[in-house]
Amino acid sequence: MATSRIASRDSLVLDHTTSAISLKGVVKRYGDISAVDGLDLEVPHGICLGLLGPNGAGKSTTMRLLTAQSRADEGEITVLGHPLPRASKRARALMGVVPQQDNLDEELTARQNLEVFAHLYRVAKADRPAAVDRALGVAQLTDRADTKADDLSGGMRRRLLIARGLVHRPRLVLLDEPTVGLDPQVRQELWSLVAALRAEGVTTLMSTHYIEEAERLADECALMSHGRVVARGTPAALIAEHAGAQVDEHYGPPERLAEVERLARKAGLTTRRTGPSVSILAAERQPVSLRLDLGPAGVRRAASLEDVFVTLTGESVE
Amino acid sequence: MSASSSGPQEATLRWFEWAPVRGVWRREMALYRRYWPSTSFASLVEPTIYLLAFGFGFGSVIGAAYGYNYRDFVATGVVATSVLFISAFGSMFGTFIRRTFQHTYDAVLAAPVDVHELVTAEASWLAVKAGVYGCAPVIVGMAFGLSPSPGMLLVPFVAFLAGLAFALFGIWVSAIVPSINTFDYVISGVLAPMFLVAGTFFPVDQLPSFAAAAARVNPLYHCVELVRDAVFSDLGLHDLVHVGVLLLFAALMWSLAVWKMTARLID
Repeated sequence: MATSRIASRDSLVLDHTTSAISLKGVVKRYGDISAVDGLDLEVPHGICLGLLGPNGAGKSTTMRLLTAQSRADEGEITVLGHPLPRASKRARALMGVVPQQDNLDEELTARQNLEVFAHLYRVAKADRPAAVDRALGVAQLTDRADTKADDLSGGMRRRLLIARGLVHRPRLVLLDEPTVGLDPQVRQELWSLVAALRAEGVTTLMSTHYIEEAERLADECALMSHGRVVARGTPAALIAEHAGAQVDEHYGPPERLAEVERLARKAGLTTRRTGPSVSILAAERQPVSLRLDLGPAGVRRAASLEDVFVTLTGESVE
Repeated sequence: MSASSSGPQEATLRWFEWAPVRGVWRREMALYRRYWPSTSFASLVEPTIYLLAFGFGFGSVIGAAYGYNYRDFVATGVVATSVLFISAFGSMFGTFIRRTFQHTYDAVLAAPVDVHELVTAEASWLAVKAGVYGCAPVIVGMAFGLSPSPGMLLVPFVAFLAGLAFALFGIWVSAIVPSINTFDYVISGVLAPMFLVAGTFFPVDQLPSFAAAAARVNPLYHCVELVRDAVFSDLGLHDLVHVGVLLLFAALMWSLAVWKMTARLID
């Protein structure tokens, strides 16, 4: 097992009285824009929290705040018990970061990329070769260890990025949009990697704007909009609370859609536009009178996190 | 320190740690192993050309001048040129590319590495490279007849110190320029005059008084003087001034480089 001077899992004593990550009233401004605007977020030890939101919701800024690469204008941030930015170096030693942007050293091989970061993460000299081999194994890159990063495929590079963040066996992993821009098959591979982390009990904060990713991987989701969390809970609880069990999608010309919206709202139900249709959320609760007024039945489907998201933020995500 | 005796609760990270330096060196060594033939070729051929062009071309007209054989004068002066090219050019382009195009430093700073450690690590590698390749002109000079002297053994140390200072200068410049094209102004407007007005090819006493005065605040001039005093066995107390200027310049550049790199990398 890889051990480092700082981050030894053997000597790990989890403090269950505190969260792995705690943000209280955090504000980060860039000029007139508040990228993060009064963010409160607690991430308990051992869970995978999905930070869900559209581009510009403040997810990446939040990630940068957690490594102290961005300094908050207001509020308090604590990571693994270490207050930021003062003790951020200690916190960074204990966590792994997988950035959204591919910032591998292109001229180095997969192995060399990992070796450099094994140094930076203070993995003890005797443990370094094993730590690098293990990380290569996790990323399924053992066969490509001596290939330059530049010559790896997009999926392999992303796996290498994840492996780089895990080389010191961190207690906490920050995944910033881990699968953005990847094709579906590669995305599946990465999901199993993240799922394995969760199974190991590593606390994971994963930002994503893919609803499906959050639904599959996250124990809990925090929905972010305009720099703050607007809802928080397990995907199932969020869906049940804000979108009910089922959704009816009604199609038709614009006048028909407007009519469906009007009638549903009159009956106290929430609607949202879904492309060419209008969706009535919590359709299982609709009164018989509404069903009669509406005429032709809509297409029934299960409510999703996307319904919750759009309902709460008025924004759409992929 | 063993892992079993130091858990996360006990271990402390000092303000300055060598691990980031070792990490950066690990990367540079990997790259150097791939590129050493071209690096070495350039660093040997450049002083050879200078020696042939100036030392022999010019030297055949001038002959012995300024108290030295002109060929030897150039061989020692070109050490500073080599140091400048390796350290300042290397750090300007290298750190700019890694910061803006490859975003390497964003990854490094997400690890337990602070900007001052990163800056020191990058500069120290180039300083060592300057220390090694800064000797090339002296070696080439010896091939052309420069007499060996024990003082030559000090050349790598002088080249290291000057290389450190100019690498830090380059990192600072890379952090204040708006684009990589701005380096043209720095190279033509700052570095070129700096390397000409340093006593490299002619003594600064020959210059108009304002230029001679400027040369004395040029850190490269102090590098040239130190190398000549070492190689020609003229070392004395006055060389402490040269060392002091280079140390001061390095300290100033370190502060500026850390300050501006922090501004660029931490928001």
